[in-house]
Amino acid sequence: MEFSELIRTGRAQAELLRGPEAPPLRGTLCVTSHHLLLSPGTEASPDLWLLLLRSVDSIEKRVAGDSGTITLRCKDLRVLQLDIEGVEATLDIARSIEGLRLGDAWHFHPPERYYQRVARETNAWRLSEVNEDFSLCPSYPRALIVPRSVDDHALARSAGFRQGGRFPVLSYHHAPNGTALLRSSQPLTGPQKRRCAEDEELLRAVLVGARPGARGFIIDTRSAQAAKQARMTGGGTEAKAAYPGWKRLHRPLERGRPLQESFVRLVEACGDLEQSMDRWLSRLEGCRWLEHVKEALSTACLAAQGMEREGACILVHGAEGTDSTLLVTSLAQLILDPLSRTMDGFQELVEREWIQAGHPFQLRCAHSAFSHARPKHEAPTFLLFLDCVWQLGRQFPLSLEFGEGLLLALFEHAYASPFGSFLCNSEKERGLCEVRTRTHSLWSGLNQPKEQRKLRNPLYALNPLAIWPSVEPQSLRLWQGLFLRWTRPPEPSETAWEKVWQIVTDSEKTEGSA
Amino acid sequence: MEHIRTTKVEQVKLLDRFSTNNKSLTGTLYLTATHLLFIDSHQKETWILHHHIASVEKLALTTSGCPLVIQCKNFRIVHFIVPRERDCHDIYNSLLQLSKQAKYEDLYAFSYNPKQNDSERLQGWQLIDLAEEYKRMGVPNSNWQLSDANREYKICETYPRELYVPRIASKPIIVGSSKFRSKGRFPVLSYYHQDKEAAICRCSQPLSGFSARCLEDEHLLQAISKANPVNRYMYVMDTRPKHRMQSWWDTQKDIGRIIVRISSKIWSDERITESDEKKRLNAMANRAAGKGYENEDNYSNIRFQFVGIENIHVMRSSLQKLLEVNGTKGLSVNDFYSGLESSGWLRHIKAVMDAAIFLAKAIMVENASVLVHCSDGWDRTSQVCSLGSLLLDSYYRTVKGFMVLIEKDWIAFGHKFSERCGHLDGDPKEVSPVFTQFLECVWHLTEQFPQAFEFNEAFLLQIHEHIHSCQFGNFLGNCQKEREELKLKEKTYSLWPFLLDDLKKYLNPIYNSQSQRFTVLEPSTVSFNFKFWRNMYHQFDRTLHPRQSVFNIIMNMNEQNKQLEKDIKELESKIKQCKNKQTDDILTKELLHSIHPESPTLKSSLCFKEQTLLPVNDALRTIEGSNPTDNRYSDYAEEFSKAEPAVVSLEYGVARMTC
Repeated sequence: MEFSELIRTGRAQAELLRGPEAPPLRGTLCVTSHHLLLSPGTEASPDLWLLLLRSVDSIEKRVAGDSGTITLRCKDLRVLQLDIEGVEATLDIARSIEGLRLGDAWHFHPPERYYQRVARETNAWRLSEVNEDFSLCPSYPRALIVPRSVDDHALARSAGFRQGGRFPVLSYHHAPNGTALLRSSQPLTGPQKRRCAEDEELLRAVLVGARPGARGFIIDTRSAQAAKQARMTGGGTEAKAAYPGWKRLHRPLERGRPLQESFVRLVEACGDLEQSMDRWLSRLEGCRWLEHVKEALSTACLAAQGMEREGACILVHGAEGTDSTLLVTSLAQLILDPLSRTMDGFQELVEREWIQAGHPFQLRCAHSAFSHARPKHEAPTFLLFLDCVWQLGRQFPLSLEFGEGLLLALFEHAYASPFGSFLCNSEKERGLCEVRTRTHSLWSGLNQPKEQRKLRNPLYALNPLAIWPSVEPQSLRLWQGLFLRWTRPPEPSETAWEKVWQIVTDSEKTEGSA
Repeated sequence: MEHIRTTKVEQVKLLDRFSTNNKSLTGTLYLTATHLLFIDSHQKETWILHHHIASVEKLALTTSGCPLVIQCKNFRIVHFIVPRERDCHDIYNSLLQLSKQAKYEDLYAFSYNPKQNDSERLQGWQLIDLAEEYKRMGVPNSNWQLSDANREYKICETYPRELYVPRIASKPIIVGSSKFRSKGRFPVLSYYHQDKEAAICRCSQPLSGFSARCLEDEHLLQAISKANPVNRYMYVMDTRPKHRMQSWWDTQKDIGRIIVRISSKIWSDERITESDEKKRLNAMANRAAGKGYENEDNYSNIRFQFVGIENIHVMRSSLQKLLEVNGTKGLSVNDFYSGLESSGWLRHIKAVMDAAIFLAKAIMVENASVLVHCSDGWDRTSQVCSLGSLLLDSYYRTVKGFMVLIEKDWIAFGHKFSERCGHLDGDPKEVSPVFTQFLECVWHLTEQFPQAFEFNEAFLLQIHEHIHSCQFGNFLGNCQKEREELKLKEKTYSLWPFLLDDLKKYLNPIYNSQSQRFTVLEPSTVSFNFKFWRNMYHQFDRTLHPRQSVFNIIMNMNEQNKQLEKDIKELESKIKQCKNKQTDDILTKELLHSIHPESPTLKSSLCFKEQTLLPVNDALRTIEGSNPTDNRYSDYAEEFSKAEPAVVSLEYGVARMTC
């Protein structure tokens, strides 16, 4: 199907309202295959206003007299209103947008450098290509880092014992004390309490590889109760006796539907400018979003602390191992590993721990907070991760090389992007859709020099230490830059940021010339 | 010193306030005449000024010793465990005595000696000159003049000597009006807006009762509105919530009616003539009614506006609730926000802000003069007048201007600092965080307009520290008259020069004084712009704060930039000199040679490498790097090392784990 078939009308005269802070724009409205364009005519600035159609989350139309109004709610939480002259034109444009926003546009690119780094640090791990054809695990990438002493055959057996074939693989090697962070999905112990010798051997090999006598902790992101119940449906947890040296901890994290609802309620609360102080505070409390931030951060801290302080290896899993598991492993790395806090390192982390690790972006981020369709796979887990990173950045303002701009960009692109990085649910699907050949990678787009000033943290200085955040409620803040992005005047904070940049560049300049 | 029995106790434990597993530091506790000092095993010192102590509490004896909890007015809370009960009891008693002084003369300010001579001290006091400030505003002028009515504090004891009133308001009118206003606080000028020729005036509530009126007061208000040549009508802002006023008004009326009914019975018995009866009834009823707000019918060209700021008692208990919630160990996010909501604290802050914005808008948009009052006109009125002027006039957003603002609208106009801050052992019901709220409103403005203020958060925190410290004379006493009687200017020092000495610590590195956008601030009062001020209410809870300070870094960079730029200029001029000479190569070489080893550039770039940080402000308590044991999740982690229990539910049900 050609996109042009969906375009019912070429152009119309319209006025665009972009919220209380931006002046209205008047001009000619155009619908193209991927964008909505507004050209303001001659009197105003000649700049085109552009909206990617895939970022539209829901669309509402109203007709009155001989004009119509279209309200567009975007995945980046913006609300836009178009007043269009002519009833026919309004309906045509609404239909065109409706048809086009669901169409797919493409663009992509990858890394596999992490193993090289691990190999420099230790000899205990190897790169296995057992999943070359995605037969063992459809949601894992082709190559995985596993203990050197475990052969591919054993991996295959272990994969058979884990939900979706997600056997334990290395997520992060903590070089200072040789401990390892692993992730997997739940073991399929089931009601019969099945065991798998190869899976047990794999985890034993992890401990032996780290240090003789090393201990390990399994952080289960479900409650003990939920994990027990999972046995009824074939899942379950590692039996204590079967995995000597490993100890299990339960830290329940919210996922799926409740997390999505929490997000929706927070966005609703943030959209109401008239509410009283009490109402706002009670809604902020009621949506529980910050509670989820706190839980995610403190679980990641627990994992990080197990490695750094206790010298233990950590295995993280929930049920499928594609959501809260990744949240914990990626945050733990950010806390421990100074390299993952650099611009490149963080992009690699997102690529490795989210995209390649099989977080189903297509299922989780198809819609955002405004959509009336509520598919059951929708969940803002990745957004929760970004929020946690933002909190880390607030508490350690000099330790992250990237700024809020990068996090906002990742949020936008995860939900709607002209690049291919966040397309599909796994490497396998991306291969089938030829994402890499047919689209461009987000990273190449972000790393263009003109973007840098928006994305970088001017005050960054390498901090070789682990960054332990405070998780007290008094220390956590609502991420205003995201949730109130379109409702608060951006100007003062932006000019302040600009001033900070200026001071920093001045200081570089003067130092350079001195 | 007679209160101190024990001066030193060893092996005292200082508990971590937020730790759920009773983590502690062991050290020695010293009691001096002015401070309580704890030195832990890492030689880190914790100083607590006796005047900062709000309450001392001795808890039930435990196996490890006798717990002593000290709450401070600057929101520090320390929890000691003293090994021997006797020592604990001694310290407890001494602190009770030392923290509550009965006489002004026993306060720290009267013994504090920063080694300055009398003329330096006097200079310090002369730093802020209010007459100069009124001149800056543009008064006296053709419409406003200095009144000598209160020169001897005859009309109003709680006002300053110098008061500015409309030129057409004669002394009898002023005297008459003052009799009609509570505590004699008649309408006077607080701020004059030169461009708009509009004024902010302040007073206390009228004693209007049922129908009583005061012609002089009505005249004075007329005079204020006439002093504004642009706009004839003026606003009267009653900062109290209307519903409260009305219910109060109703009860007063009821009481009045009851009295009328009872007395008419008595009088009918006594058979008093009708006209007499009416007179007496009226008088009785008026007395019963007492105070109220202006009767709109009697004042023309006036628009009345109620803005709902609650009274000092509501504010006190609101803060109390807030502190209770925040002091909870293992506080969950939900409990924090529901506690924040039920304390009402941010609602009250928003109310003050809303009032100030109304005031600023009335002047900027409608060009109208505004008269602000509450009950006595020294709490809510001070908040609204000072905050309103701050929005209107960028001068008050500079370091010096902010000092002037506090001196004018708070100190001179008789905000009862000593009673509100509990400087002396007095009525606890008079204590209220009115000034703290003002500082918090200013902080919210600095958050919304990060470039509009010359000073930073540390400045606000430091001022807050000193309204309670009693170390300087500025905030002692309840009004100017009392301060003069205490001879504060001869016996104590002024705070402001000491703040200026440390100016670097208090400057905002991204302040933009030129920007036109910041002449009048128009803050947004949408609810989500109001946040909990962690750096105030958890000043001393190090673990809750960001671990790195952007502020210091930027400040340093700014400093270094300036220094380097200066160096570059110097060098350039030197090079020019050399070039000009051009006499012979050797000389140039020698010169360059001589510059090189001690070149200021090199020195300062070396400084840069070494990261010579400015003195980190104590009040901000930021630290670089951090430690996992500082944070509460470490408490779960200690479960790592425990033997293997079957199912353990951890403290406060925050986490559960199974093995």
